[in-house]
Amino acid sequence: MELLLISTLKVILVFAIVLGALSPLAGWAERRQSAMIQDRVGPNRASIGGFRAWGLFHPIADVIKLMTKEDFVPATRNRYLHTAAPMIAFWSAVVTFAVIPFGPWLQIANLDIGVLFIFGIASLGVYGATIAGWASNNKYSLLGALRASAMMLSYEVTLGLTVVGVLICFSTVGAQELVVAQAGPIWNWGIFKQPVAFVLFFVAAMAATKRAPFDLPEGESEIVAGYFLEYSGMKFVMFYMGEYIEMFLWSALATVLFFGGWQIPWVPFEGQTWYEFAGVAKFLAVLVAIAFLQMTVRWTLPRFRYDQVMDLGWKMLLPASIGNVVVTAVVIIATPAGGVLQRVALLVGNAVVVLVALAVAAAMKGENKIGVTTEALRTQRSEEAVH
Amino acid sequence: MNQLLEGLTLSDLTFYLVAALTIVSAAGVVFSKSIVYSAFALLGTFGGVAGLYLFLAADTIAIVQIMIYVGGILVLLLFAVMMTHKIESVDVTSRSMDLHKALPPAVVLIALIGVIAKKTEWKLLKAPDDNPITAKLGDAFLGDYLLPFEVASLVLVVALVGAVVMARREVKGDFSRKAEKESE
Repeated sequence: MELLLISTLKVILVFAIVLGALSPLAGWAERRQSAMIQDRVGPNRASIGGFRAWGLFHPIADVIKLMTKEDFVPATRNRYLHTAAPMIAFWSAVVTFAVIPFGPWLQIANLDIGVLFIFGIASLGVYGATIAGWASNNKYSLLGALRASAMMLSYEVTLGLTVVGVLICFSTVGAQELVVAQAGPIWNWGIFKQPVAFVLFFVAAMAATKRAPFDLPEGESEIVAGYFLEYSGMKFVMFYMGEYIEMFLWSALATVLFFGGWQIPWVPFEGQTWYEFAGVAKFLAVLVAIAFLQMTVRWTLPRFRYDQVMDLGWKMLLPASIGNVVVTAVVIIATPAGGVLQRVALLVGNAVVVLVALAVAAAMKGENKIGVTTEALRTQRSEEAVH
Repeated sequence: MNQLLEGLTLSDLTFYLVAALTIVSAAGVVFSKSIVYSAFALLGTFGGVAGLYLFLAADTIAIVQIMIYVGGILVLLLFAVMMTHKIESVDVTSRSMDLHKALPPAVVLIALIGVIAKKTEWKLLKAPDDNPITAKLGDAFLGDYLLPFEVASLVLVVALVGAVVMARREVKGDFSRKAEKESE
């Protein structure tokens, strides 16, 4: 009974953090930050008694508006699947937080398969987009769904492979064990063992959340809003919130894998209550910092074209991540565990991977096969048009 | 164990629910007229089988089942279904059922399974609450069972290369035909 009570409290606490604090504030932060980047003022009008609070009341107004909005659905939709799709998208993003270790005790379930669980459930998110696009019975939605599923499948491969290098370094897949393995000085963190993996993971995670510059599944200029075109009201919010939660999910996973989770480097106060609370605060701070970086990228880079996304995923990121896995495995086996030699060898290996990847990319630049084909097709079509 | 009814614990009830999900959605896969519904029903089957793995205390296998079959293969299947011609008209059917031909093998198979189930001595093992098998599995794959593991991946590579060869030939054919037309 006591166990049940503690688990319930943990569930409430974690979801209060994720759903109650992070996600609504993300909407506000994103709007303020995009305003900052684009040299605008941003939302600042909503006020309670003349007090504007830097636009902080806008999320509240948004929530009230969206909850009371009419749920307008197309008459030719597939009734059941159209309703199920946003639930799947939202569910797959939220459930994964069950294994994120926010602190030594603040983790809902310490599964032996922690990281695998996250990848398994997060991979179901693609169904949300696919089913939504198909069930809406709309050409643009279907095109968006096709783009989304192709892109998410491609980048999931890279996402999984980049993590393998880190898992080899710490020889565990449990989320809490990964954090525990990064105790001590700061160079025990994953990022100092696998810097290339972090960069690859960050890019692939941005693609997995379908946010700009990887937002071609919604591509407003071509397919209106893509797979969630036929959604309004709370159903739309579930996609929208799911996207934010997924962003925080990958940020949280990056914190666990590369930034020591709740471990504060050089602070030897393991087991003391204040240290554990400080650890949770540190975890959230790193998480927010990575999410902020993702937002900055979103508002800085323009949208990729479809063939560019596929080129980047399959020809650049995937070979680089496979190379990283091979190099890491060789270094870990060839050098004594935990020594300075291993640490230096890992960094050298990472540098080699980067250099080889850049050299190959430079060599490939001259012969962009897809570009040639599109060019050839275009001339062919224009010739046909002339005849 | 929480007793819900006499002889029915919570975990029993969950087992029956998961088993029912597996069987009902498997029936949906076979009997559904729309190929898209079949594909979606397969989602339930795969999920149910993953649940059965969990009951066997094999959490790694369960999550790998979800990752590979649900997150990978089924998405590709749906992708292919959606790419098919005239997907917007919902009646893309899979009418390939022939009861007369299917019935005898099905009856024989069910009889065989029944006999095996009857003859086998089922031992009830108590599943351990905490059974970390991930590390053991990894050791087995890269140790004693390295050769079968590698051979299996070789089969997949062959299939992949074959698919690429087939897909590419078609494109080439199209281009050459167009070139022929132009030369005429």
